[in-house]
Amino acid sequence: MYQILAREDLSTGIHLFRIKAPEVARKARPGQFVIVRNGEEGERIPLTIADWNTEEGSVTIVFMEVGTTSKKLARLKTGDYLTNFVGPLGQPTEIEKFGTVVCVAGGFAIATIVPIARAMKKAGNKVISIMGFRTKDLVFWEDRLGSVSDDLIITTDDGSYKRKGLVTEPLKELLQDGGVNRVIAIGPTIMMKFCSLTSKPFGIKTIVSLNPIMVDGTGMCGCCRVIVGNETKFACVDGPDFDGHEVDWDLLINRQRTYLKEEKQSLELWEKSISS
Amino acid sequence: MSEKQKLNLNRVSMPKQKPEARVHNFSEVALGYTQEQAREEASRCIQCKNPKCMEGCPVGIDIPGFIKAIAEDDLPRAARILKDKNSLPGICGRVCPQETQCEMTCVLAKKGSPIAIGRLERYVADWEQSHPKAIEQRKENVKPSSKKVAVIGSGPAGLTCAADLAKLGHEVTIMEALHVTGGVLTYGIPEFRLPKEIVRREVNYVASLGVKIKLDNVIGKISTVDELLQNGYDAVFLAPGAGAPMFLNIPGENLSGVYSANEFLTRTNLMKAYLFPQYDTPIQVGQRVAVFGGGNVAMDASRCALRLGAKEVYIIYRRSEVEMPARAEERENAKEEGVIFKLLSNPKRFIGNEQGRVTSVELYEMELGEPDESGRRRPIPRPGSEFIMDIDIAIPALGTKPNPIIPSSTAGLELTKWGTVKTDEATGRTSKARVWCGGDMATGSATVISAMGAARRAANDIHAFLTSREG
Repeated sequence: MYQILAREDLSTGIHLFRIKAPEVARKARPGQFVIVRNGEEGERIPLTIADWNTEEGSVTIVFMEVGTTSKKLARLKTGDYLTNFVGPLGQPTEIEKFGTVVCVAGGFAIATIVPIARAMKKAGNKVISIMGFRTKDLVFWEDRLGSVSDDLIITTDDGSYKRKGLVTEPLKELLQDGGVNRVIAIGPTIMMKFCSLTSKPFGIKTIVSLNPIMVDGTGMCGCCRVIVGNETKFACVDGPDFDGHEVDWDLLINRQRTYLKEEKQSLELWEKSISS
Repeated sequence: MSEKQKLNLNRVSMPKQKPEARVHNFSEVALGYTQEQAREEASRCIQCKNPKCMEGCPVGIDIPGFIKAIAEDDLPRAARILKDKNSLPGICGRVCPQETQCEMTCVLAKKGSPIAIGRLERYVADWEQSHPKAIEQRKENVKPSSKKVAVIGSGPAGLTCAADLAKLGHEVTIMEALHVTGGVLTYGIPEFRLPKEIVRREVNYVASLGVKIKLDNVIGKISTVDELLQNGYDAVFLAPGAGAPMFLNIPGENLSGVYSANEFLTRTNLMKAYLFPQYDTPIQVGQRVAVFGGGNVAMDASRCALRLGAKEVYIIYRRSEVEMPARAEERENAKEEGVIFKLLSNPKRFIGNEQGRVTSVELYEMELGEPDESGRRRPIPRPGSEFIMDIDIAIPALGTKPNPIIPSSTAGLELTKWGTVKTDEATGRTSKARVWCGGDMATGSATVISAMGAARRAANDIHAFLTSREG
């Protein structure tokens, strides 16, 4: 059992847990993930590591309420326990001095990109970050990402805060201005796909963090297989970071939709059970 | 009466759930002997002076000894004899391929049915479970050695090595990657063939010997093998299994609805997807399921698919039934339940719809040519024999290979060209000092009992090392 040392609600439906897991904290690196299970009937889900603290022996995860599992997680409070917490899994993000790095993040993935931006800055890069949200109410960690970036651009789909539009627009302008050596894009699959399509004509290597469905997260089942550069890869052991220009995005999106019907059934049942 | 006249060549059959009933549940298929049935079967044993059956047992159980005890109604003695050499008798009695081991070498096999050693082993293990106090008093007086051993993996090899070393007085910790112990016994073999309660109680027995178990520990990630050796462990036994699934490498294999057998069985057995939506992990079977392969795993996957509600389940295998590696008993069980064997057929590609979901498979027919290096007749495609078969779910069950996490994180660990760890068969030693290996990680996919035999040999060598001056 792994205790939740602190819970924070970052914005509507987006929550942070700081989990007591000293051994995981000791080995965690930017870009890696953990597998979390909540309750004996719970499923195993991957969540990217948002931060860690070796002194406190804690690992921070951030998640968004989507289906049954994340909604059940969201009911846990400070002091409660997660049943299982496995990690750090996957390959860490490649960090070195590239020159200028653009970090693009959408929605709750802001939490994931902070340690990467921080490590990139520490490695001597100029870091320009772009964070995108649907609307003003969902904005969080502007200060945190800002503090590890040389420049911070914020977009909202509806224009209710800062720049109106999608993250791909400022990304394209930065690429047009020249001088960008690497792009890191993390967020919803569709956002990562369009960031990759945006940067491809410029030939600037773009790293994405893929989030297919997983079961064990250790290379055992192959549920998370993705095609990258015409080769089948397991995102859990070969990734989750891949070259976005080489990813078969349509395959990933189709595989993510495999259980839409079951997810809906499960959620309806659970919502009924908590309302009664 | 002469010895010959006494010979009874017919074994006592074991009751099973009826196929039409069991195909709707995940309860155990085989129901086990009653005491009368066990006594009758045990009485068939002629107590050879030079028992051939023992030569066929990788862990060296005193087979005539425990059978004699059953015949004499001394079940505590039978249980003690079994536990002396085998910490996992309830598991082995159910999943060992006895017909190619102890029962194959039984002298009665030459004339009729060999003694049902596996069924008797299972009977004694289950009896002991319902009489927990029966053999507890025999706790050996072991002197703690103050040596620490890390065992990686809690499958058959890991549990056996851990139990042996604990009995010898060493401090053993098992590191298990998943959230439950048992390895393939838990995630792979279905409940109806090996109830998880049996696995749990035999793991509990190993723990009762003083073995510590850490779950959620992926070695190579949370700690490397070198870190374990630096942080107080005197020896490491690698038994993580061969957990990485192999695929057919044909077009369309990544469509939704194509599961590796490992994924299909893990969802079903480990995550209890057959209880969805009470359990959160879903699984899909649709109406028509095609399982590719001819091993025990293919039988397990096809039988799970039936129980999950599929209407038609096919085993598609490129050779004929004679060449199938699955146990005869499992093939029979599958057929009784209605699994359809489509032999001499091989897939060419999977075909999907606009949503990227598999809808059919293109197969071609095969014929058998000359024997290949495995000794089995080589399947050759028949030109122009392609045809399309509609399916909802496809499950390649082609075997597994070692997981890359430990090899890629352990410097100085030599591998074979198949990705297994180079291991001395007699001792389990690897190319790396203080590191031993056994089970599927050393041999590639094999049986539970061969993994246990290798673990026993490694435990002996680790013990010799720890008690020598170098250790």
